[in-house]
Amino acid sequence: MQYAAVTGIGQTQYKARRGDVSIAGLVHEAAQNALDDAGLGWDAIEAVIIGKAPDMFEGVIMPEVYLADALGCSGKPMLRVHTAGSVGGSTALVAASHVQSGTFRRVLTVTFEKQSESNAMWALSNPQPFSPHLNAGAGGYFAPIMREYMRRSGAPWDTGIKVAVKDRLHGSRNPLNHLQMPEITMQEVEESPMLWDPIRFLESCPSSDGACAMVIADEGLAKEGPKAPVWIRGGAMRSEPTMYAGRDEVNPQAGRDCAADVYAQAGIDDPRKQLDCAEVYVPFSWYEPMWLENLGFAEEGEGWKLTMDGATSLDEGGDIPWNCSGGVLCSNPIGASGMIRFAEAARQVRGDAGAHQVVGARTALGHAYGGGAQFYAMWVVSVDK
Amino acid sequence: MKDIAIVSFAQSDCRRDAGACNEVELIMPVIEQAMQAVGLNNSQDVDFTCSGSCDYQQGAAFAFVMGVDALGAVPPIKESHVEMDAAWALYESMLKISMGQAESALIYGFGKSSPGELPTVLSQQLDPYYLAPLWVDSVSLAALQARVLLDRGLLSEQDMAAVVARSRANAKANNPHAQLAGDVSVEELLAESPWVAPLRKHDCCPISDGASAMVICTIEKARAWGKPYAVIRGIDHRMESHNIGARDLTRSVSTELAAAQAGVDRGPVEVAELYAPFSHQEIILSQALGLDDSTEINPSGGVLAGNLMMASGLSRIGEVATRIMSGDVRRGVAHATSGPCLQHNLVAVLEAA
Repeated sequence: MQYAAVTGIGQTQYKARRGDVSIAGLVHEAAQNALDDAGLGWDAIEAVIIGKAPDMFEGVIMPEVYLADALGCSGKPMLRVHTAGSVGGSTALVAASHVQSGTFRRVLTVTFEKQSESNAMWALSNPQPFSPHLNAGAGGYFAPIMREYMRRSGAPWDTGIKVAVKDRLHGSRNPLNHLQMPEITMQEVEESPMLWDPIRFLESCPSSDGACAMVIADEGLAKEGPKAPVWIRGGAMRSEPTMYAGRDEVNPQAGRDCAADVYAQAGIDDPRKQLDCAEVYVPFSWYEPMWLENLGFAEEGEGWKLTMDGATSLDEGGDIPWNCSGGVLCSNPIGASGMIRFAEAARQVRGDAGAHQVVGARTALGHAYGGGAQFYAMWVVSVDK
Repeated sequence: MKDIAIVSFAQSDCRRDAGACNEVELIMPVIEQAMQAVGLNNSQDVDFTCSGSCDYQQGAAFAFVMGVDALGAVPPIKESHVEMDAAWALYESMLKISMGQAESALIYGFGKSSPGELPTVLSQQLDPYYLAPLWVDSVSLAALQARVLLDRGLLSEQDMAAVVARSRANAKANNPHAQLAGDVSVEELLAESPWVAPLRKHDCCPISDGASAMVICTIEKARAWGKPYAVIRGIDHRMESHNIGARDLTRSVSTELAAAQAGVDRGPVEVAELYAPFSHQEIILSQALGLDDSTEINPSGGVLAGNLMMASGLSRIGEVATRIMSGDVRRGVAHATSGPCLQHNLVAVLEAA
């Protein structure tokens, strides 16, 4: 396998509605920012790998066809990945495989969602032939699973509230975020309306417009860039069916297997000690303690203790800060959300994460999940090759 | 990209309406057939699985998610999906094998177009601000392209009808899965009235339900399995502008680029399977690939005999591979397309081991 590194990172401003740009303008903005970051022009890109969540979120079928011009793809290969909510992560990994296979030297990868064009809740809930109509959206789908986690672990009732506050305080350090809530309090979250018990309004992710892009290059080209290359030390994907007999929906096998795979590639056997920070897909507050266990940062049933002790908080000086960027709870352009996690992990390692930088970070995890918590994509990036 | 072996391929019949069969029921038989051909059981026996499909055919977000139910994905598997024809799922799988993270892969594509009106549905893949609101359907855009070719004298309606007559005859002779097959003369075809002028209905591919599946692996593994295989010697794909007015619709520049990169001209092309949903596009593609009378084009009848949207590109590659594995030919070219008027094209060169 050829070495591959992130050499450019570009993001847009995340907002409820980016009425100032078209869909093409949105993806172009992120891509241009990534090229500027890498000190490159469009001619330097050999192929473009694009990803987003379901086409129904904007109502544009196979939008790579329409976006070819905005991403300078005429005459180039262009691939569209779609693996549900994990797609932002999967797209980065598929882009990396273009370089790691030795087929391309430098590629651009872009993911986006312009949720204001449509209604994600509707898009996820239209009735299907041969199936009972589940008019739930994502929050309704995951609520009983979070409730089951609370029952099993005996976690304090306000663990989710703590996560919601912690990620918003992190997020207030990141000017790109959709939600800016520097004054948020535990009481404010507790008093926000209950949406899908146990998830309150302020414990849920927003619906955002936004795009994220990265340039990934081989070893030779990576060293030519203006910024230090961020080396991809491991990448893994796993899938399992939405339902099967004996499936553990709280602590899914696919997530555990995917983490074990990516850690083995990166030479990690104690993630809490060996990783400096993590950007993890937490769209609903309770998923932080659940993923702390699923990803091996805590024993089963103990994840909430890390959250409540402040181990995952930058503000409390925690030893393993999670979602220093503010995470999905602060900005959620769904198709891009996974790639934002991957890109923010790379920013930490590169030391240019601004006010949400973890001092001295050298190795970080990026994580994304999707579907009924059944699709996973993860990478570990490091300053060391 | 490494040389990769195709060790098996299976496709369903092309049916206008698969009725109450859902996507999983379309997928399972072809996966089973492709796997059993090499003595494999389910996705646990390969290192990677990748599929191609389109949510809008089913009318549901995450149409591919239920597809995982067809795979035997317990314990969890390494799996990915492209919202493209499964020919691009093959491309992703080849990258995965070339980088050394897999030695074998299962690829499948599926589409159930019957619940909707496919040409109208496809109008929603156009620019959402300027074109999609006009509901310009895929047949009308192809008709504009055919009109340009006719007006410039680059082909005649007889040429188009000859493509259709050959497709029907080849499908009758060689393709038990075909939806449209039979003996028709050019004169009979030209006697029909235009549908979306200048296209007659027979110039357009039919709308079909179905699926196809393929197993690929490293050359070493194919030898170890001891089954006949075809080698993918070159593969490349290229995009063109979405601005139809800015393109020369009489050529397929992206196919020319992909053909050069895949190495089509590095040897004789005995057989070619081209994803040409409209008769005139077969002529454009043949020219872009530099093919002449020495190449047998679309011996299966091509997609004019049956078009499994999102699987037809993979099926074209499978059709060539099958002919190489059976020893009928030693070298062939397969093509897949996506987007209006051949906007995005993939070319693969296959050879005998």
